[in-house]
Amino acid sequence: MMEFLDMGGYAAFVWPAYAITFAVIAANIIWARRLLRQAQASARRRLAARGEQP
Amino acid sequence: MSAGSAPSVLGLPASLETPAAAVSAWAAARLALQRDLTLAFRKPAQLLQPLAFFALVTMLFPLAISPELSQLRLVAPGAIWAAALLASLLALEFLFRDDAQDGTLEQYALSGQSLTTLLFAKTTAHWLLTGLPLACMAPIAALSLGAPAPALGAITAAVVLGSVTLSLVGSIGAGLTLNIKRSSALLSLLTLPLSLPVLIFGARATQVAIAGGPVLAPLELLAALAVLGVTLAPLAAAAAVRISLE
Amino acid sequence: MKFTWFHRLGSPPYVYALAERLTPWFAWSAALLILAGLYGGLVLAPPDYQQGDGFRIIYVHAPSAWMSLMVYTSMALAAAVGLIWRIKVAHAAAAACAPVGASFTVAALVTGSLWGQPMWGTYWQWDPRLTSELVLLFLYLGYMGLRAGIEDTQRADRASAVLAVVGIINVPVIHYSVTWWNSLHQAPTVMRLAKSAMPPSMLVPLLMMLLGFTLFFGAVLLVRLRAEILTRERTSQWIREALGA
Repeated sequence: MMEFLDMGGYAAFVWPAYAITFAVIAANIIWARRLLRQAQASARRRLAARGEQP
Repeated sequence: MSAGSAPSVLGLPASLETPAAAVSAWAAARLALQRDLTLAFRKPAQLLQPLAFFALVTMLFPLAISPELSQLRLVAPGAIWAAALLASLLALEFLFRDDAQDGTLEQYALSGQSLTTLLFAKTTAHWLLTGLPLACMAPIAALSLGAPAPALGAITAAVVLGSVTLSLVGSIGAGLTLNIKRSSALLSLLTLPLSLPVLIFGARATQVAIAGGPVLAPLELLAALAVLGVTLAPLAAAAAVRISLE
Repeated sequence: MKFTWFHRLGSPPYVYALAERLTPWFAWSAALLILAGLYGGLVLAPPDYQQGDGFRIIYVHAPSAWMSLMVYTSMALAAAVGLIWRIKVAHAAAAACAPVGASFTVAALVTGSLWGQPMWGTYWQWDPRLTSELVLLFLYLGYMGLRAGIEDTQRADRASAVLAVVGIINVPVIHYSVTWWNSLHQAPTVMRLAKSAMPPSMLVPLLMMLLGFTLFFGAVLLVRLRAEILTRERTSQWIREALGA
């Protein structure tokens, strides 16, 4: 296990590279979902406002 | 719009006021070019600004690096091209702006003439007023940075060819940012990445010229870029201006 | 008749519903492929005979670099479709692409420089690939800057579409000139793994990662596309139905 984490001495480069890439992936997921939730919320608000005034 | 008032607004001879079919695209382009040159020569002080800027940036290098010509000779290609790129960028913001504000561009778009041709004429005027003078300044700048006299011809040729592409690429960026306030930073962000091939081939041509090598290959690449630019850039610039005018 | 599917792709309600249905398929297959690729790349693949375990950065660097270019191409294609056929959904898709592509370009740059340190002995080398990647980042930033600078959505769509098309025509020219410039100044770099020399145990995880990242882009794009469509559409009837409100 330690051997695996050590990456043949390249741990200081391999793991940060993986960390950055997966941080970018996670950020994309969170960001996209937040955008969708915000858009849905504002669309609902718009619909509700329109519903009130016939 | 009455036929009588338009010429004074446009500053054009009355011949352009005849129906579009009567004026060939070529004649219209020539008139647009003439108009831009006439307007520019009314303010000669402004014409000198890009040149002064170019000279100033070139002067920064000896002051920042070393007055020794042997060292300057190494950075001369980079210094000349970076300065040329920045100087041509400086004038771009106003390539279409004044004409968009006073409605000239709208008139061009509605004139029935090809907007592509008219904007190409405007870009040509821009090149004649900035690119060509820069090309005339470049050998002087090169001399001051330690380039040998035999290299000057090739350096001038490189700047002539390269600045054509710079003006054309810039016309696209200027068209796209027409409606944006304080757009100069955005304009550089749009234009500079697209100008990198010119910088690379131009600096290479200059480098080879200073070393006394065969400069034909990089010059041909610069010419190829210019041809590509002349073919495609006016179309994109016209599309960009049309969108900005909508 | 043949082109009905194409016309339906221009209709926001249809695309919204389609995107909603397709997202889980893209997301889960991407997750599976990336996990399998990770296992294959980090555990199963043997160390490279020259670069040891350092070569394993390729399993995140190459997919990120691939994403940066693939997303830019998709963006330009969507922009061109929007420009030519005036399809609003295509413009929305192009707008949704840019931030995703830019983020993976950053990932490609960072992983590339992390790979450079052990292989070249320096974090940054003006290697043609890294340089092109940097230029690509500026193209993305310019695209997003232009979009942010124009307030009217339709005009922003069309102006940025022109920029994307101009950009994609320039990408090969820039890449070629950067490669040419680099070949004059230094010897070929170590980072270029010989393709034929790559055994299947190394190659298969790489292909899985590439496909997984591509599907991941699909999933993110579909979610962002829905958000874009909701923001742009003003007619409420189908939105009411789509939201179940």
